[in-house]
Amino acid sequence: MYKGKLKQILLITDGYSNHGEDPLAVASLAKEYGITVNVIGILDEKSKSGDGLKEIEDIAIAGGGISQIVYSKQLSQTVQMVTRKAMTQTIQGFVNKELKQILGSSNSIESLPPSKREEVYEVVEDIGETVSLEVIILVDTSASMKDKLETVKESLFDLQISLNSRTGDNAFSLFIFPGKHNDVDKILDWTPKLEKLNTIFPKLTMGGLTPTGPALREALNYFNDQSYSRGNYDGDDEQSIEWAD
Amino acid sequence: MVMMNNQSNGQINLAAGTLITGKWNKNQYKIKSLLGNGANGTVYLALSKNGEIALKLSKDSTNITNEVNVLKKITKVQGSFLGPSFIDVDDYINPYTKESYYFYVMEYVNGVSLPQFIERNGMEWSSIFIIQLLSLLSKLHDKGYIFGDLKTDNLLVTKEPYKIQWIDFGGVTQMGRAVKEFTEFFDRGYWGLGSRKAEVSYDLFSVSMIFIHLHSKKQFLKNGQGIKQIEQVIYQSPSLKPYKEFLLKGLEGKYTSADQMKQDLLMHEQKITKRNHQMKKVSKTSNAKTPNVTRSGQAATRTQVKVMQKKKRSHWFETSTIVLLLGLAYALYFYYQL
Repeated sequence: MYKGKLKQILLITDGYSNHGEDPLAVASLAKEYGITVNVIGILDEKSKSGDGLKEIEDIAIAGGGISQIVYSKQLSQTVQMVTRKAMTQTIQGFVNKELKQILGSSNSIESLPPSKREEVYEVVEDIGETVSLEVIILVDTSASMKDKLETVKESLFDLQISLNSRTGDNAFSLFIFPGKHNDVDKILDWTPKLEKLNTIFPKLTMGGLTPTGPALREALNYFNDQSYSRGNYDGDDEQSIEWAD
Repeated sequence: MVMMNNQSNGQINLAAGTLITGKWNKNQYKIKSLLGNGANGTVYLALSKNGEIALKLSKDSTNITNEVNVLKKITKVQGSFLGPSFIDVDDYINPYTKESYYFYVMEYVNGVSLPQFIERNGMEWSSIFIIQLLSLLSKLHDKGYIFGDLKTDNLLVTKEPYKIQWIDFGGVTQMGRAVKEFTEFFDRGYWGLGSRKAEVSYDLFSVSMIFIHLHSKKQFLKNGQGIKQIEQVIYQSPSLKPYKEFLLKGLEGKYTSADQMKQDLLMHEQKITKRNHQMKKVSKTSNAKTPNVTRSGQAATRTQVKVMQKKKRSHWFETSTIVLLLGLAYALYFYYQL
């Protein structure tokens, strides 16, 4: 019924970007490529809430994704939930687009009567269960994230458990920002398993600026390079799900 | 695209007396009181033309629709009561703000929460309700679904006779898929003891955790030691220790069906009852913890357990013939009730 894959960028940060290009611009561009940007803001128990939060929400809005601001202890639940919700949302967005083409621009899933809606959501659920998913995870490693890194690792393991319980394939790739010498370092190439983080995470050096924009840019490029080189770039359509019949 | 950027799963506040008219079916519901607020919506007690109902309302149509899909499927088959029956689904447009809400209506289950019931009536009820829960699970599993988000908060005890009933079907998942919704303490993935694939053993893990939660009266956070940590909790609780094997088998995914787990609990129960009985004979003192329930109710449930054990060819020779006959009558009664 369908093929293709969903592409997401998962940004995990605890504050404002302060270096490089505007993350909102890059997130908007990612959306145009059919890549969803989700942002998770980690709140310090002691830190005053408020400051970096607006940007977190704005990046997700620009990137067509979901944002959530949480305390460290809720991170695991949140990371897997946001990722899955964003998948559903993307698929619904695609279905809505089709509906508008068939039924006119004022139509959406919500404008259908409940019984029809039930059928549509069942299909959305089927796709969410079976579709392939690629997630590039961007982890903020600026100094203030130091004592949150263990929790971030835990939450990524948890995400892996949830996603690998699906029927569909998953691939994760992980970048940190700032990197050792550059704005961004890739520390994990496409893999369905994240166990390697156990050895990688303790070696990370923290500190420096927060180049959120450049990190998003790197993730976007990585998605696109890979698509072109693999020759399966579905650039004729901003959505990355293709429907055959 | 439907934007849900800010997942403020906030409670939807409706004043008592608010009249909700469905956009499609035009049915009317008068809000009475708030029943609860969860991640996927707010539940109200309301009045329909046919009496009291529960109405679940959300700003997001996804969860509401998915729950309706599940409710319709699992309550479709007649004869076995697997959950509150589904009544209606519709949209509500607030006449003042023009905001859209999505809701469904189901039968109102009037009961007390399981921990509350046990607090009031005594710990000996825990096994009885776990046995009932396993019977419910067995039926749900037969339909190709698992409950998913099985936890003490989602279990109510209804009256006459006392019976366990689950609420909140947000986690019900078709077997073989990824579990839709879960709660960390009751989730084997959280403890590093398995995947989140919807399989029988996923629910049975939660059953063990519910049992542990009821007895230890606490939910604890993981310390990274996996099953060892839970094992320690079992060892440290005198009332959990006799159930050690039963609980561990549930946690380790060794039961292949809810029925198998139920039979095993019945066997454990029999051993424990026997041991207590002998201890009582020796000490000749009455049990200090007399539950605060009607005598008949207590007797009925005790007998039920005894007779079920008898089915398993146990050695209940002490039991007098009168109790046996009475018991058999009760067994039949319960059998048809379940």
